[in-house]
Amino acid sequence: MPEIFGIPTQAFMGQLLIGLINGSFYALLSLGLAVIFGLLNIINFTHGAQYMMGAFVAWFLLNKTGLGYWWALVLTPFVVGAVGVVIERTMLKQLYKLDHLYGLLLTFGLALIIQGLFRNEYGSSGLPYQIPSQLAGGQNLGFMFLPNYRAWVIVFSLVVCFSTWFVIEKTKLGSYLRAATENPELVRAFGINVPRMITLTYGFGVGLAALAGVMAAPIYSVNPLMGENLIIVVFAVVVIGGMGSIMGSILTGFGLGVIEGLTKVFYPEASSTVIFVVMALVLMVRPAGLFGTQK
Amino acid sequence: MALRKLILAASVAMAWGSAQAQVSDGVIKIGVLNDQSSLYADISGQGGAVAARMAVEDFGAAKKGMKVEVISADHQNKPEVGSAIARQWFDVDKVDVIVDVPTSSVALAVSQVTREKNKLFLVSGAATSDLTGKACSPNTIHWTYDTWMLAHGTGSAIVGTGKKSWFFLTADYAFGHALERDTSEVVKAAGGTVVGAVRHPLNTADFSSFLLQAQSSKAQVIGLANAGGDTINSIKQASEFGIVKGGQSLAGMLVFISDVHALGLPTAQGLIFTTTFYWDRNDASRAFAKRFAPQYKGNMPTMVQAGIYSSVLHYLKAIEAAKTDDGAKIAAKMKEMPTDDALFGKGRIRADGRKIHDAYLVEVKKPSESKGPWDYYKVLATIPADKAFRPEKDGGCSLVK
Amino acid sequence: MSAVLPAVKSSEVGAQRVAFGVMVAFFLIGPALGMYPIFLMKVMCFALFACAFNLLIGFVGLLSFGHAMFLGSAGYVCAHAAKVWGFTPELAILAGAAAAALLGLITGLLAIRRQGIYFAMITLALAQMIFFFALQAPFTGGEDGIQAVPRGKLLGLLDLSNVWNMYGTVLVIFVAGFLLLYRTVHSPFGQVLKAIRENEARATSLGYDTNRYKLMAFVLSATLSGVAGATNALVFQLAALNSVHWSMSGEVVLMNLVGGLGTVFGPVVGAFVVLAMENYLSTLGFWVTITQGAIFVLCVLAFRRGIVGELARLIRKPL
Repeated sequence: MPEIFGIPTQAFMGQLLIGLINGSFYALLSLGLAVIFGLLNIINFTHGAQYMMGAFVAWFLLNKTGLGYWWALVLTPFVVGAVGVVIERTMLKQLYKLDHLYGLLLTFGLALIIQGLFRNEYGSSGLPYQIPSQLAGGQNLGFMFLPNYRAWVIVFSLVVCFSTWFVIEKTKLGSYLRAATENPELVRAFGINVPRMITLTYGFGVGLAALAGVMAAPIYSVNPLMGENLIIVVFAVVVIGGMGSIMGSILTGFGLGVIEGLTKVFYPEASSTVIFVVMALVLMVRPAGLFGTQK
Repeated sequence: MALRKLILAASVAMAWGSAQAQVSDGVIKIGVLNDQSSLYADISGQGGAVAARMAVEDFGAAKKGMKVEVISADHQNKPEVGSAIARQWFDVDKVDVIVDVPTSSVALAVSQVTREKNKLFLVSGAATSDLTGKACSPNTIHWTYDTWMLAHGTGSAIVGTGKKSWFFLTADYAFGHALERDTSEVVKAAGGTVVGAVRHPLNTADFSSFLLQAQSSKAQVIGLANAGGDTINSIKQASEFGIVKGGQSLAGMLVFISDVHALGLPTAQGLIFTTTFYWDRNDASRAFAKRFAPQYKGNMPTMVQAGIYSSVLHYLKAIEAAKTDDGAKIAAKMKEMPTDDALFGKGRIRADGRKIHDAYLVEVKKPSESKGPWDYYKVLATIPADKAFRPEKDGGCSLVK
Repeated sequence: MSAVLPAVKSSEVGAQRVAFGVMVAFFLIGPALGMYPIFLMKVMCFALFACAFNLLIGFVGLLSFGHAMFLGSAGYVCAHAAKVWGFTPELAILAGAAAAALLGLITGLLAIRRQGIYFAMITLALAQMIFFFALQAPFTGGEDGIQAVPRGKLLGLLDLSNVWNMYGTVLVIFVAGFLLLYRTVHSPFGQVLKAIRENEARATSLGYDTNRYKLMAFVLSATLSGVAGATNALVFQLAALNSVHWSMSGEVVLMNLVGGLGTVFGPVVGAFVVLAMENYLSTLGFWVTITQGAIFVLCVLAFRRGIVGELARLIRKPL
C-alpha cells in the first residue's frame, strides 16, 4: 500500500480531510471574534461562553419548544445576539475610552459568571443533542467514512465565512462600519448613528459565536465547559491571522485545522499545544499576524 | 453556694466532656472533598454530601447521642487545592475523616497529608490502584472501584466474547495510561492483541482524527481509556462516524450513569463496562435511590455517591466500636469488621486498604428496552468480590505481610 | 492602567513607611490572632508573585499572560532539587529562582520586541508550551506533580518541618523580595522604566536602550516570581500542574486588579483578598467561579483603582 510519511496514503487523505473539516469549524468559530476585534478593537473573552450559550439555546429550543436544528440555526444567533447587545449597551460602552485591557478583563469576568451559572444549573456532563435526521448517516468515500453532518459543516462554514467577509469588505454597509470604527467623529458628522452601529456589530459578532455553538451541538458534548477549552484556540487563530483581518482569521482557521489534524497523526499528545507553537513562531516573525496591519 | 454549684457543674461537664473528648471534642466531623465545579462534578459533587448525610441519618447518630457533622468543599481537580483544604481541615477545622476525592492525583496528595496527621481517608471517587499498591497507607481505605478492577472486569469479559484485537484511545495523563496498561495486560494474557493506541490531550473536543485511526486499525474493540467529557465526546462522535455500524465495538473503561444520562440512550446503547453499583439492581438499591434523588435534583446516584454512603456508614459503626480518633486505629477497626450494607452487599476491607465487593458487567439498553428515565443498564454478569479486585500480594503494598 | 506616579516626596514616603509597618506587623501577629499560618504563608508567596507581576504591568506597562510559567517551573525545579538531589531549602529555592531567571531571559528575548496584546499573546503561547513540557516530562510527575517534598533544614541547622520555623523563613523571604522590588522601582533604573512606559519613543531618543531595560525588568519579575513559586512548593511540599496553568496567570492579574494596578501595596492586599475569598468560598462549590467573575466585572466597571488605589486617593498619597 503506498505510504506518505509512514502511514498509508488512504489514511493520510482521510486525516487531511478531517483537518479541513475541523479547520472550517475553527474558521466559523473565530469569525465572530475577528469581527469584534477587527472592527471594534474589543477583545471579547466572553466569546467562548456565548458559543456555549448558542449550543444551550439550541438544546432548549428542541427540548422545551420542540423546534429542531434548522429553527435553531436561524433563531439562536438572534437570541444570543440580543444578550450581546445588552452587554454592550450596559457595560462595554463605558470602557471604550480606556485601555484595551479593561475590555478584556470585563469580558473575562462575564465569561466566568455565565459559565458558573450554567454549570450550577446543568451540571458538567452535558446534555444530549442528536444530529438532525436529514443529515444523519454518511458516505463511504473509499479512503474514509465521511458523516454527512461533517460535510455540512464545511459547506455551511464556507458560506457563512465568505458572506461575512464580503459584507464587511465589499459592501457599502461594511464600509460604513469600517469607517465608523476608524474615525467615529467624522462618520458621525455624516449623520450616521455610530454608537448604534457599534452595538449592532457587537451583537452580530456574538450571534456568529452562537451560530458556531448550534453547529457544534450535534457533534460535541453540550456542556457548560465547552467554550472554556476552545477560547484560547480561537484567540490563537485570530492573533495568528492578524487581528483586524477577517480573511486572515478564515484562512488561519483552515490552516490550523490541517496542522492540528496532522499533529494528531504524528504526535497526538501535542495536538492541543501545536497551535501555540505556531502562534509564537508567527508573532516572532510577523508581529501583527499573518495578514494583519500594525495598529 | 453559687461557687459550689459552679464547681459541680464544671466537674460534671468535664466528666461528660472527657468521655466524649475521646472522640475529637465530641463532634465527629466528616469532610466530603470532591469536584463541584468542573469535569467530575456530576460523578459525586454536591450529591456526595447528600449521600454522606443519608449515611449519618441511617446510622442513627442522633439517637445514639453522637454528634456528627458533614461539611464539603471543592478541590477543582487540583492537587494543590485539595491538599491545602485537607491540611486546613485537619489542622484548624478538626475534621476527622475525608471522603470521596475523585481525581487520582488529588487523592494521592490527600492520602499523604492524612498519613502525616494520622487521620482517616475514605476514597470513593479516585481510580488509581496505586492507592492500595505502592502508595498504600494505614490511614487510607479505597472504596468503590479502581483501575485494576475496571481493566480486568471489562477487559476479560469482552475478550471472552471472542473480540481479541484492541485499539486504545487513551487520555494523556497518569490515569489514562494506567487504564491502558492494565487493560492491555488483561487482553494479552487472554490471548488477544493490542493493535495500536493513540494518546489524546485531556479535554479534547474533537475525536474524529483519533477515531479514524481506530477505524483504519481494523481492531475489533476500541477501548476508551479516558473519563468524563472525553469519554462522552468519544462515544458521541464514534456513533457519528459509524464505528459500531461498521462492526467495531466500543469498550468504555470508566463510565458513570451520569455520562450515560448526558449521552442519551440512542448514542450510548450497546456500551459494555463494569460498575459496582446500579440503582435499579435490587429492592434495597432502589429504595436508596428513591430517597436520594429528590435531594439531588432528581438524579439517580452514581457508584461513587453510593460508595460515599457505604464508607461513611461503616466508618460510623467502626468509630462507635473503637471509641478513638486515631486514624490508623479506626482504619484497623474497619478492616476487622466485615461490611454489609444495602448498596454493595457483603464485603470486607483487606490489609492493603482495598474494600472488596461484587462487581457487575453491564450493557447500556437500547431505547426500546428502557421503560423510563434512568432505566439504562442491563446486568450481564456478576463478578464475585474475590475475583473482581487485584490479589493482595500483587500490589506491592508494604502493609501486606 | 496608566497609574500616574508623581516624584516621591518625603511626606509620601512617610505614608508608605506606615503601610509597610502595618503589613509586616500583620504577618507577624496574624498567627497569634488565630489565623491559620499555612494560609498566611500562601498569601505571602502569592503576594510576592503579584508584586513581581506588578513590576511589569504597573511600572513598565507590559501585560504578561504567561507569568504562571515562572511560578510553576521554579516550583518544579525547587521540589526536584529538594526531593531528589537532597538540596537544603535555601539552595533549592535558589535553584528554582535560577531556573525562572533563565526561562525569563529566554522568553524575554523572544517577547520583548512586541507590545500590547501581541506581547501578551507571545507570553501566553510560551507559557502553554511550558505547560505541555510540564505535563510530558517524566521528572515533573505529570498531573500528580512532585509530592512529598521534604522541607529540610535551612542552612543545615533550622528544621523547617516545624511550622514556625517555616513561617519565619517565608516572612523573611517575602519582606526581602518586597523591599528589593520597592528599591528597584524607586531607583534611577525604575525612573527609566516609568519613562519607557509613558513614552517609549522619547526615552529612546534620550539615548536609552529601551529593549534592554524592558528585558532586565522582565527577568527581575520572572526571578522573583520564581522565588515565590519555589517557596510555595516548600510550604505545601508539592509542585503540580496548577502552578503552570494559564488560569494561574489569570489569577495574578485578578490579584493586581483588585489590589490596585501600579500601586506598591496593591498586589499584597489583592493577593490576600483573592485567596481569602477562594478559601471561604471553597465550601460553597461552584459559586467560586461566579464570584470571581463578578469581582472582575465590578472592579473593571466601578472600582478600577483597586482597594489600595482608592485608599491612596483618599489620603492623597501614593501607596
